[in-house]
Amino acid sequence: MSIKILIPTPLRPFTGKQPTVEVAGQTVGEALSNLVTQHPDLRRHLFAEDGKLRSFVNVYLNDDDVRYLAKEATPAKDTDTITIVPSVAGGA
Amino acid sequence: MASLSENRPATLSNDEILRYSRHLIMPEVGMDGQLKLKQAKVLCVGAGGLGSPLALYLAAAGVGTLGIVDFDVVDYTNLQRQIIHGTADVGRKKLDSAADTLNEINPNVEVRKFDTRLNSANALELFREFDIIADGTDNFPTRYLVNDACVLTGKPNVYGSIFRFEGQASVFATKDGPCYRCLYPEPPPPGLVPSCAEGGVLGILPGLVGVIQATETIKLILGSGEPLIGRLLLIDALAMRFRELKLRKSQDCPVCGTHPTVSELIDYNQFCGIRGEEAAALSTVRDMTVEELKQRLDRGDDLYVLDVREPHEYQICNLGGQLIPLNDLPKRVSELDSTREIVVHCKMGGRSAKAVDFLKQSGFTRVHNLAGGITAWAERIDPKVPKY
Repeated sequence: MSIKILIPTPLRPFTGKQPTVEVAGQTVGEALSNLVTQHPDLRRHLFAEDGKLRSFVNVYLNDDDVRYLAKEATPAKDTDTITIVPSVAGGA
Repeated sequence: MASLSENRPATLSNDEILRYSRHLIMPEVGMDGQLKLKQAKVLCVGAGGLGSPLALYLAAAGVGTLGIVDFDVVDYTNLQRQIIHGTADVGRKKLDSAADTLNEINPNVEVRKFDTRLNSANALELFREFDIIADGTDNFPTRYLVNDACVLTGKPNVYGSIFRFEGQASVFATKDGPCYRCLYPEPPPPGLVPSCAEGGVLGILPGLVGVIQATETIKLILGSGEPLIGRLLLIDALAMRFRELKLRKSQDCPVCGTHPTVSELIDYNQFCGIRGEEAAALSTVRDMTVEELKQRLDRGDDLYVLDVREPHEYQICNLGGQLIPLNDLPKRVSELDSTREIVVHCKMGGRSAKAVDFLKQSGFTRVHNLAGGITAWAERIDPKVPKY
């Protein structure tokens, strides 16, 4: 069982520069949890102290924001892709 | 759909008809469309990476009034990507440089210059004079400011942003669509996402994203096609992949939701957690100046110089320090001798400040941050060291 998680550029330094990481998980929450277990440096960039997802990071299951699905409880399948979309401001 | 201003003559001269022939012969634009463009007023916030291609194409397309907001001066390092400025413009105000280029491309466009930093005191009044706002800024406080001011004045916000070789584009703040805060209710803490100066950016990237913004602006003016309302376009220039994510208007959005709590512009620096100058001084450790470092090295002091930049930066120039990139520091901290006095540097002082914080937390007591980094060394101690 392998879900693909797409890692955005600002977070790639914390996954050893990998742009995608494959993890197991039945839900989005499990997949993210396995992601930060595999790459502990990523944890503080995705999760606040209380374990909640940081609000400047959005998580998509395929092309839907999980906030509008079941958040971390959203079920995930093998063929699904989770995309992490952090806010970036560069423009100069 | 942008509301059109009525105070321009609703005709095209023969000269304009010839100029815009390639627009006019397409039914999707035609005379009607070109007249809409002529009557439109677009404000470009920023004449830098995104603002350059954005303004260039809007001028070429015949947008009647282009407002430009930029307080900055053209820097040599801008030329790699801010293509509205040329080598001869280095040192000039970006506003003047941009206006000259735009007038050259299309003298029919009225270029209005706003030599000011956009802020909560001037944004609303300024935005009211235009139909569409295109956000080409480079920092979080201004992006939230632009967003909120667009929602409060009812103007669409054509959004683009870039980082290294990835970009995002969307259209926010339309009546039924989401705004920027629907997507990102809160900004990241300062220092977490590097600026283009610190993180680097592929020169072509703002070109790609800026023209997407110009495209969306033109579509809004013409009322054609499907604008990126409720859609976030993600661009990966290295893989050359474009993806689209769905955006929804958040009912709870404090600015554009059903019960908005924001009815006026706030202090956006405070909102983004920035106090005064965004500091390399996030650390509490006393900084060492480059003069002090030079003095102590010349004296033969036993100082261990630690460079926390990346290997490709070390190749550009270095002070002979031990290279341990910032992100590798946790894994390689055992290579350092905590009994020695350590001076940590990076390019400008930001990363080294974080390294010093980390080392202090790991029990190192004799650590200093080199204020201003190798850039300050190049400026004040040894001009032979290149700046980059």
